[in-house]
Amino acid sequence: MTGGTQVIARAAARPVVAKRRRRFIRGLRKQALMQALCILVTITVLFPIVYVFGLALDPRNIARPDGLNLIPPNPSFAAFERAIANPSPNPITFVQLALNSLQLALSTSLVSVAFGVSAAYAFSRLKFKLRSVLMIAVLAVLMLPSVATIAPLFVLLNSVKVGDFILRDSIPGVALALISGALPFAIWNLKGYLDTIPKDLEEAATIDGCTRNQAFRYVILPLAMPALAVTAFLGFVAGWTDFYFSWMFLDHPQNFTLTMALYGMVGTYANTTPWSTLSAFAILVSLPVSVVYLIFQRWIIGGLAIGGVKG
Amino acid sequence: MSAPSKATYVRQRRLFGADARVAFLYLIPAFAVMAIITFYPLLYQVWMSFTDFQTQNLRSGAPAPPWIWFGNYINILTNNIAGIPNYDFLRILAFNLFWAFSNVIIHVCLGVAIALLLNQKGLIGRSIYRAIFVLPVVIPPIIVATVWRNIFDTNNGAINYLIAIILRQPPGSVQIAWLTDPGNPIWFFPLLPLSYFALLTANVWLGWPLNAVVATGALQSIPQDLYEAVEIDGGGAWTKFRVVTLTYLRPAMLPFAIYGFVITFNLFYLSYFMSGGGPFGRTELLVTEAYRLVNEQHLYGIAAAFSVIMFLILLVLTIITNRLTRATASYVD
Repeated sequence: MTGGTQVIARAAARPVVAKRRRRFIRGLRKQALMQALCILVTITVLFPIVYVFGLALDPRNIARPDGLNLIPPNPSFAAFERAIANPSPNPITFVQLALNSLQLALSTSLVSVAFGVSAAYAFSRLKFKLRSVLMIAVLAVLMLPSVATIAPLFVLLNSVKVGDFILRDSIPGVALALISGALPFAIWNLKGYLDTIPKDLEEAATIDGCTRNQAFRYVILPLAMPALAVTAFLGFVAGWTDFYFSWMFLDHPQNFTLTMALYGMVGTYANTTPWSTLSAFAILVSLPVSVVYLIFQRWIIGGLAIGGVKG
Repeated sequence: MSAPSKATYVRQRRLFGADARVAFLYLIPAFAVMAIITFYPLLYQVWMSFTDFQTQNLRSGAPAPPWIWFGNYINILTNNIAGIPNYDFLRILAFNLFWAFSNVIIHVCLGVAIALLLNQKGLIGRSIYRAIFVLPVVIPPIIVATVWRNIFDTNNGAINYLIAIILRQPPGSVQIAWLTDPGNPIWFFPLLPLSYFALLTANVWLGWPLNAVVATGALQSIPQDLYEAVEIDGGGAWTKFRVVTLTYLRPAMLPFAIYGFVITFNLFYLSYFMSGGGPFGRTELLVTEAYRLVNEQHLYGIAAAFSVIMFLILLVLTIITNRLTRATASYVD
């Protein structure tokens, strides 16, 4: 008798078990498919990155890779040492190149944010007659790629001469050219963020006796810190990775930048540079901005989504 | 009754009444800088574009360049520029437009597809994949272009080595001239040389991840009960995607697609560093051509006119895309 009821119970449970197992298998199959797709995408994303690290870490000092060695045996940092010791055929050291790039990056970043935030505040909070006209002027500039203003900037900066010094052929001259594009971007980007800060906060501050300037300094600026940091970082990247202004404006090797040395390794004169050195140099140029970008990407991408357009 | 409202009024006036004067003070620094290094150069550029400005006019004390009215514009549009080989304005413009359109369509589709994949329930390793997939965004385009230039190299490039491995041939036996081959891989579409596809590959690698990030943001804002509602009404997976997912994706993706279009339209580094505009100037973009005119040819007047034409083209594109956004926006709402 008891055996009979067990059989009945088992028979009733069987479809449930089978159903559960079927669902489990279906889930497993779906998971396998998703993992396959994700791994495929991962391979394509990582391929150039692994490739460039593989080249840079290759211990053999050969001019060109002789095959696809993604993970070289006995990796060494010799290529990095070569890239730092001899970055350019011109008489300039790696440290000088890096310092020039750093000067460009910092001045572009600081000037565009410092001047941009006050203008952004005026556009975001104040009502005045020429508001929309001036905003359209800023937007129209944003539409133009910065390459498109290179001819007049070259001519105008070239006309500023004091003795032997030509503003065009100097780091401050290139910085000015970069700021001419970075400042409108900073205004637009920061205005987008300031618009999201509630007005009540300033009104409350005014009730407590703050003036407009104090409200800006003690209420708005601290709240806008994330956006200021992101805009400053993007200005830094624009200066650090600038190629076309530096390449066109700078004549004297002591002013050359990292990206110019990089182009010297890629371009038509580069037949003698081993790819391992080029790869190591590319990694060295990219690493400082890439690491910061990676750490703060959530804020940076969020800020970009609000901000404007500048290539 | 009137006392508090009057106090509010006074406070409001203190806050907003003197706006014009305050605004002026806040704007002066930025606009003083921009007046000198942004707006004045732009006006100067318009003046330059009507002159035959060349290297000899750069010297201090040199005579003003001759005023030639629309001479530069006519020469640009009738392909009458000495020094630039294989220059054809309409071909460059057509290629530039096709380049931007094809890229953005692929970026958006791939970005949405991968965002959907990463958004699936129960995906193991989701956060690891997200961290990896954002890597192309953080690498400066100039570095990306440098690396991909070597990947597509004819003699020692990774792609040719990879093809050799797949075909089980010795390394070095496959020598496809990705960046310099003058042939047309698609015979009925002579606008696109092989290097277009190399550039496209690099830019797809560079472009889809940011689209996926934006799409993910939009996907996460979709209320889950909408899917349940469709399910109750008997809708399948396709209906769910079409009715719910697309409706929420469109308002986020469309402005971003336009942003991507302008960025790609003006993308300097890939064309300049990877293919150098080749073969025979067929992957030249308007930006790289403008740069060559001034950097290699020193034709300052023509370069200025070229930039003015570029500005007008971008203006027209912006107006068209704005119309498009508004049209689709009203369709969604």
